[in-house]
Amino acid sequence: MKFLKLPTNNLHEFILNLKKIGEVHIPIKKGEKSFVFRKMNELCDIRKIQLDYHRTILPLKKYFYHPTETMFEFSMTGFVQPEQSLEVHDIIFGVHACDIHGVLTLDIVFSGKYRDDYYFNRKKNVSIIGLSCMPDEFCFCNSMATDYVETGFDLFLSEIPDGYLVRIGTSKGDDMLNLSRELFGEITHKDIDAHKEYSLARKKAFKRSLDIRNLPEIMDLEYESNLWDELGNRCTSCGTCSMVCPTCYCYRIFDTINMDMESGMRRRQWDCCLFRDHAMVAGGHNFRQSRSDRFKHRWLHKQQSFAGVFGRPSCVGCGRCIEDCPAKINIVTESNKIQRV
Amino acid sequence: MCNPYMPYLAKIIRIIPQMDDVRLFQIRFEDEKIRDEFKHRPGQFVMVSVLGTGEAPISISSSPTRSGIIELCIRKAGKVTDALFRLKENDAIGLRGPYGNGYFLERIKGNNLLIVAGGIGMAPLRSLLWYSLDNRDDFHDIILMYGTKTPNEMLFKDELFSLLYRNDIRCLLTVDRDDTGTWKANVGVVTKLFDLVGLDANTQRHEGRETQGKNNSFVNTSATTYAAICGPPIMYQFVLQKLIECGFPKDRIMMSLERRMQCGIGKCLHCSVGYKYTCTDGPIFTYWDVMNMQEVV
Repeated sequence: MKFLKLPTNNLHEFILNLKKIGEVHIPIKKGEKSFVFRKMNELCDIRKIQLDYHRTILPLKKYFYHPTETMFEFSMTGFVQPEQSLEVHDIIFGVHACDIHGVLTLDIVFSGKYRDDYYFNRKKNVSIIGLSCMPDEFCFCNSMATDYVETGFDLFLSEIPDGYLVRIGTSKGDDMLNLSRELFGEITHKDIDAHKEYSLARKKAFKRSLDIRNLPEIMDLEYESNLWDELGNRCTSCGTCSMVCPTCYCYRIFDTINMDMESGMRRRQWDCCLFRDHAMVAGGHNFRQSRSDRFKHRWLHKQQSFAGVFGRPSCVGCGRCIEDCPAKINIVTESNKIQRV
Repeated sequence: MCNPYMPYLAKIIRIIPQMDDVRLFQIRFEDEKIRDEFKHRPGQFVMVSVLGTGEAPISISSSPTRSGIIELCIRKAGKVTDALFRLKENDAIGLRGPYGNGYFLERIKGNNLLIVAGGIGMAPLRSLLWYSLDNRDDFHDIILMYGTKTPNEMLFKDELFSLLYRNDIRCLLTVDRDDTGTWKANVGVVTKLFDLVGLDANTQRHEGRETQGKNNSFVNTSATTYAAICGPPIMYQFVLQKLIECGFPKDRIMMSLERRMQCGIGKCLHCSVGYKYTCTDGPIFTYWDVMNMQEVV
């Protein structure tokens, strides 16, 4: 891959130039300690950008896989799929490696024999510009091997003291860079060394670690452990962890009917396997009746079942579920606990 | 663009009552092309839409050897089936599929087939039953064991009674108790039927039994036996025990699982059981698969 250097002073101009080809979304501060991706406009200008944010409230999935959406409209004569408006090109600036891995994971889920084009059509018109980051006390992407990315971005900016090493991932990325080619310079050996130093410092900065290599096996062995009941008692089944998870993709499908009582819409909505009726079948039998069963199922699916089907765990170690859990359940600490004698 | 979530319009051609809360729906796609293209395997299911109410997975009860009309044997049990029972002949529904793996026909071919059904469990197995009878040369011996609580609860009574007189299948019907006083077949739980046939999964030791009458036809051949079972959990428990006693290898016992499904195509995650999705990896699993899954029943 090709690398160029973007000096710190040129960053804002580079981002502003991107507006020539689409809507630019940047990370900004929302609450006291929370961040969101927001479209740049008169109310949200470049000065609001937060380059040192740790994680946004919602991951990137909100762009491709909407919290609720209409799948099609129906009437007594047939079904019509609404046109997805795809004129606008969105450029998301400042995406961290873990979140890019989250998108790559959803790509696997929504592709295959039954391709989900609601997701892929939206993806076509979105560009991703990655940004390096330093971990906080919730991050464990290094344990999940999602702290670096090789694919899934158009450009990736890695911080060095006087600017950014810019990695060009796609030809679209190259086009975006060429909008303001004069802002970029060639990289030197000094820059490479600076990049290595940043990388080493970052590796040392992680405060949490999780050994995932034997975690599926241990979880199988400890399937009946009391720990799951303890966690089930603390968990409130609120579903926050799933809503903020970059790789949670459960949904439920439901119909709404129009006032004419003849036509309506089939819609889908994000769902969560911690909700009580998630595995309930007609007649009322529930395959995961207890909260501890549902809690166990969620974490086992992330670490074990998903890997069984797709070859790698689906958790990307972003830390959102830990930071946002109202019951203060820290899944890394608990997994460490289950691995100990 | 082909959208896998989009159902096709279909019409209810005929509704044949089976019991108070069980009906057989005969359904046909409106579009002739879709009708011709629809090819299913026994054991597969479709997603049935009652527009305005929602969608539910329903196993196909008709055999692919009798195409054109899709038959769904449905018990009124939930939101969608409630709405379905309010519909009449000629009403429109949505249908998409077929989905799921279906029974492992390639593996069963050339072997004996034992079908064990309990209650509404006959619904998916009826497809396999008629498929095997319509391709009779592909199979060695075929045995059907079907048990219900009472004679009234027996599904497809007429066609199953007609099988009693055929000599290319051993059809054994039983009821837990006969409250009508007119029941002529067996009384007792379905596992009791195993005593009536000399059943050995590997059929290597049956020289003596060959001569015990034409119906006792599990004869000594090189064929092995595959069992397909479907019924309530309690039946699974006892039938599995019996099959293991008879020496069935765990990967020659096929079970059909039921789960909540939203998509039917391996995305929504509602039907996951351990490593597997019931919709795409199943709904037919071997006993060996099932043993290695958590939260199965």
